[in-house]
Amino acid sequence: MSKKPTALSILAAVLLGSAAIPFATLDAAAQTLTVVSFGGSYQDGQSKALFQPGAKALGITVKEETYTGIADLRLKVRANAVTWDIVASGSGSAARAGAEGILEKLDYKTIDTKDFLPNLAGEYCVGGDVFSTVLAWNTKTYGNNGPQNWADFWDVKKFPGKRSYRKGVAGALEPALMADGVAPADVYKVLGSPGGIERAIKKVKELKPHVAVWWSSGAQHAQLMKDGEVDMITGWNGRFDVVAKDGAQVAYTFNQALLDYDCFAIPKGAPNKDLAMKFLAEISKPQYQAEFTKYITYGPTNKKAYDLGTIDAAYAKRLPSHPDNAAKQVTVDLDWYIKFEAQAAAAYENMLTE
Amino acid sequence: MTGAEPNAVGLRRDAFLERLALFGLGGPAVLLVFVTMVLPVGWLFWLSFLDDSGALSLEHYRRMIEQPSYGRTFRTTFEISVLTTAICVALGYPLAYVLSQLPRRAANLCMIAVMLPFWTSLLVRTYAWLVLLQRRGIVNTWGIKLGLWDEPLTLVNNLNGTLIGMVHIMLPFLVLPVYGSMRAIDRDFLKAAANLGAGPVRAFWQVFLPLSMPGLVAGIIIVFILCLGFYVTPAVLGGGKVTMVANRIATDIEVFFNWGAASALGVVLFALTIALLYVAARLVGLNRVLGGDDP
Repeated sequence: MSKKPTALSILAAVLLGSAAIPFATLDAAAQTLTVVSFGGSYQDGQSKALFQPGAKALGITVKEETYTGIADLRLKVRANAVTWDIVASGSGSAARAGAEGILEKLDYKTIDTKDFLPNLAGEYCVGGDVFSTVLAWNTKTYGNNGPQNWADFWDVKKFPGKRSYRKGVAGALEPALMADGVAPADVYKVLGSPGGIERAIKKVKELKPHVAVWWSSGAQHAQLMKDGEVDMITGWNGRFDVVAKDGAQVAYTFNQALLDYDCFAIPKGAPNKDLAMKFLAEISKPQYQAEFTKYITYGPTNKKAYDLGTIDAAYAKRLPSHPDNAAKQVTVDLDWYIKFEAQAAAAYENMLTE
Repeated sequence: MTGAEPNAVGLRRDAFLERLALFGLGGPAVLLVFVTMVLPVGWLFWLSFLDDSGALSLEHYRRMIEQPSYGRTFRTTFEISVLTTAICVALGYPLAYVLSQLPRRAANLCMIAVMLPFWTSLLVRTYAWLVLLQRRGIVNTWGIKLGLWDEPLTLVNNLNGTLIGMVHIMLPFLVLPVYGSMRAIDRDFLKAAANLGAGPVRAFWQVFLPLSMPGLVAGIIIVFILCLGFYVTPAVLGGGKVTMVANRIATDIEVFFNWGAASALGVVLFALTIALLYVAARLVGLNRVLGGDDP
């Protein structure tokens, strides 16, 4: 007799509880965003400068996860199991993912990009920081007379030493054309016209005997310079600053560098799309972007960030998107990559395996 | 008169039930293999015949013929695997021979040394080679300091480095089966050979070597096949100059999101490997060597 009421009361409690829980979780879910980025010192900076302060400003909770790239997201979208609201990505991958249909279109009525540097906000992704693919060299090998442009990088007589170049095609053809005498402003015009890709690849082939390592990741190209394995290299500026701080003998120039950006995108089927849009609007404001530069030498996409006065003037000169630096560079043309990357990659791979 | 008939039926039923029970015992394993191996591999096989829009097509196979880089990747893969296997045999067979001649205790101690690399992560060992062999690595620093060579040798970030790393990883896979079959050889056979007038060299060639063949062939096959699938070692020690099939598959998936192309690579590698093993089996008489039934 005493057992039945207990069972009943448990049942009642469960029923009541399960009725109450959906409301509770719905409420919380509406206020929680899941953001995924690449981890390491990069996401550390993003977390401290963008994600957590942004969440606080909107009065929501931001949960952070890490991933290795768009390929992970593709699997989730295909399996209809998207749990991420915002993904950080390289601009090229995001552009291709957008073209493929696994990202939501961004609403630029919500996200204000009128003060952005040109070409740093696309249909599917909004720029978060600006980095450069630069020419770097070993200061012990070349002293103060390091190479200053891509023609120097190709000049093995004037600058003897081991080279390292990118194994993937992204950012590999533009320097070759500049070394071949194409003006920086015309690089994508030449690459997009018939014979342009072949011309660039022929130039890379010329350098091939002097390339000791074909690098394939940022960690790798930083390590190569730190170990002194090569004397001259292409790579992402922030990585070199990190190893230089660690004692590596490395310097780089923004001259003829490739200006590129990392961005944020919203996956197709994101659980909290509208809130994600508002969040992106928040962290695209100049004060967040200015704060982010304190953690890594990647520049803001919102040029107003430079006017706030929170970035130290001397430090600002070292950022890729500083007007003085940006003027010397070529901005990476994503449209070219969407159209030609697969074709160029196949030709590049043929050259590499030859 | 009716006793024999039911008896035979009963026996047959018992045999059937026993077979069923045995099959039942193997059931979970068969199911596991089916779910974790046959299904995904079959799915990948199917994918390799679909183009981007999902229609049936030979696009991925055509591309492999049209683009010379794919052919070169396959050639590199087989060349490296053959080279690694050959070096492993050259180093591993004599090593196993020495071990098999040692007293048990000493042999066991040495075996631990051979096995030691097994207990360290492959990735760690590969990066260790990078640190040792690079331009300002320990080997070059000491070599120059001792006056053995003047300019740093290019030991890594190329084919040399890849081979060094792969041989290091694969050597135990060759030594173990060879050592096992050598240990099983009855020493009296060698004494008998000596008794019949064979010198040590002849006794080795005519008695010991053939008897150790099953282990050697097993070792060669294991090493060769494992080599075909290498990914980390060529990626880390090859300096981007050594592209094996696995590296190519990773590029196709990570950079181009192209599952079909990657699957097609896997299918071709699988088919080539099977074909090669079949030819090798016919040439060497694999069944006989491995102690199976004589055909």
